[in-house]
Amino acid sequence: MEHESVPLYWRNIPAYYRLVARRCKRCGEVYFPPVLKCPRCGSNELEDVELPQEGELVEFTVLRSVPTDFLKQKPVILGLVKLGPAKVLGQIVDAAPEKLKEGQRVEVAFRRVVVDGKYGLVMYGYKFRPRP
Amino acid sequence: MTRKVAVVGVGVSKFGNRTDVSLPELAWEAVKEAFDDARLGPEDVQGFVVGNMGGWSSEALPAVVVGEYCGLVPKSGIRVEAACATGSAAVRTAYHMIASGEADIVMAIGVEKMNESPTPTVVEFIGRAGNYFWEFENFGLTFPGYYALYATAYMQRYGATEEDLCKVAVKNHYYGSLNPKAQFQRAITVEECLNSRYIAWPLKLYDSSPITDGAAAVILASEEAARKITDTPVWIKAIGYANGTANLSKRPDFVGLEAAQVAAKMAYKKAGIDPENPVKHFDVAEVHDCFTIAEIMAYEDLGFAKRGEGYKLIREGQTYIGGVIPVNLDGGLKAKGHPIGATGVSMVAELTKQLRQQAERGRQATIKNGMALAHNVGGTGHYAFVTILGLSP
Ligand SMILES: [Zn+2]
Repeated sequence: MEHESVPLYWRNIPAYYRLVARRCKRCGEVYFPPVLKCPRCGSNELEDVELPQEGELVEFTVLRSVPTDFLKQKPVILGLVKLGPAKVLGQIVDAAPEKLKEGQRVEVAFRRVVVDGKYGLVMYGYKFRPRP
Repeated sequence: MTRKVAVVGVGVSKFGNRTDVSLPELAWEAVKEAFDDARLGPEDVQGFVVGNMGGWSSEALPAVVVGEYCGLVPKSGIRVEAACATGSAAVRTAYHMIASGEADIVMAIGVEKMNESPTPTVVEFIGRAGNYFWEFENFGLTFPGYYALYATAYMQRYGATEEDLCKVAVKNHYYGSLNPKAQFQRAITVEECLNSRYIAWPLKLYDSSPITDGAAAVILASEEAARKITDTPVWIKAIGYANGTANLSKRPDFVGLEAAQVAAKMAYKKAGIDPENPVKHFDVAEVHDCFTIAEIMAYEDLGFAKRGEGYKLIREGQTYIGGVIPVNLDGGLKAKGHPIGATGVSMVAELTKQLRQQAERGRQATIKNGMALAHNVGGTGHYAFVTILGLSP
C-alpha cells in the first residue's frame, strides 16, 4: 500500500499528535479532522482547540480481517470516541473486545501506528485505551 | 420541461468470478442481451454511459474500450463513478441526456472486474472509500468495519440480534438460488450464517456481499422512441439522489444513512409517492444489501418500516414474496453479487423484468400496483440513489 508523501504526512502532524481540532469563531462548530474553512457557515476565522485526553466510547467494532499493514495488530478494535466537542475515530488498545462497552470511559494513548517497510518510516499517533 | 424516459431493453451478464473474459467482453454479454431484448442495434444508440469504478482492473479508459468493442464508437461515451452506486449514476446520466431532449436513445452500461486484483488489494482499495488519511491510513478501518459500526449501534439501540441479520442473508441466498445469473446459487440456513467467521464483529462472512465480476446494460428512450420500440416500456418515474459526509466522525448517528433518506424523499416527491406509507405503491424493491445490516437500515431509510423496526420486517418474513414488500428477489448484492459499477444498472434491469413479469419461476413478484423501487448506496452513505420505475408514464 502506498503511503502519503512525507511532507504531507508531516503537515498533518500537529493535529495528529496533540489532537487539535478547529473551532469556527463565527458559528462555534468544532471540526476534527481540522479544516481551514468552516463547511457550515463559510467563515475563514477558526481557532485551534485542544481536545480533552479523556472521553466516551460511542461505537466500536472488532476487525478480524485487516489491511496488510495491520496484520501484526490483528484483531484490530476500532472505536468512535466522543472527546469533548468532537468525535474521533481510532484504535482501542490494551482492551479485551468482550469486555468493551458502549459508553465506557477511554483515554488517549500514543502508539506506533504504521511501519512503512520500504522507506523505514515509523509513524506514531493517537489511539485509545480504557480508563483503569 | 423535461421529457419522459422509458427503459426499453435490459441485459445482465452471468455474475461471479469471470476471469474467463476481458472487461469489454464481459460488458458485451450484457449489452448484446439488452440489444436483443429491445430488438435494436448499436446504430440506434446516440450515446452511452459506462459505470466503472476500476482501480482493481487494468483498463484506465473503460468507456472507450467497452464502447468500441460493443460497436458504439464514434458515438460519445463517458465513464462515471459514484463508488458502489456507480451503476445508478450511469443510469441517472443517461436519463438526463434523454429527459433534456439532447438524445432519444441512450445506453447505460455498468461493468466491473474485481477479480483482476488479489483479494487483499481489493479489500484495501475498498477500505479507502471512506476518508483516506483519517480513517484508513492510520487505523486500518476496513469497509466491513464501517458497516460493523452501524450494526453494533443498531443492535444496541433497537434490540436486533445477529440472527436477525442472518435472516437477511438467508432470504437473499434463497432468491439467489432461483436466479441463474447469481454468483451464489445455494440456499443457506441461519445456523450456517451464525457459524461463519467474523470479518468485523458483529458482521460475519455470510453477512457480507462477495467480490464479483459482472456487467449489466439498460437502453433508455424518449417517450416517442419508446412507443415505437416496445409495447411494454417501463418508465423511470423519478430518480432521487444525495450525498452524505465522507467523515464517519461527522455523522449524527449510526442507525441509518442520511443520504438515502434524502434521496428517497426527493424520489417520492417527484413520483407522487406517499412518504408515510410508500409500500402501498410498490410491488417489489431492490435495496443495497452490501451487508445484511444495510438492508435493514434501507427498510427504514425508505420508510418501509419505522425507525428501529426494520429488523421486524425480516424477522416476520415480510420481505419475501407474499409479504408487505418483497425485497431483492434476484438475490441482492449478497447472493447475486456486487460488481461495483454494474450493481445499480442490474437493479434497474431486474425491476424492469419484474414489472414485465419475466422473472424466473419462484422469484416473480405479484404485479398489481405496477411500480418498483431501486435503492443503491455508494461508500457507507457517501452517495445514495433511489430510482422509481412504473408501468404507466
Ligand atoms: Zn462556522
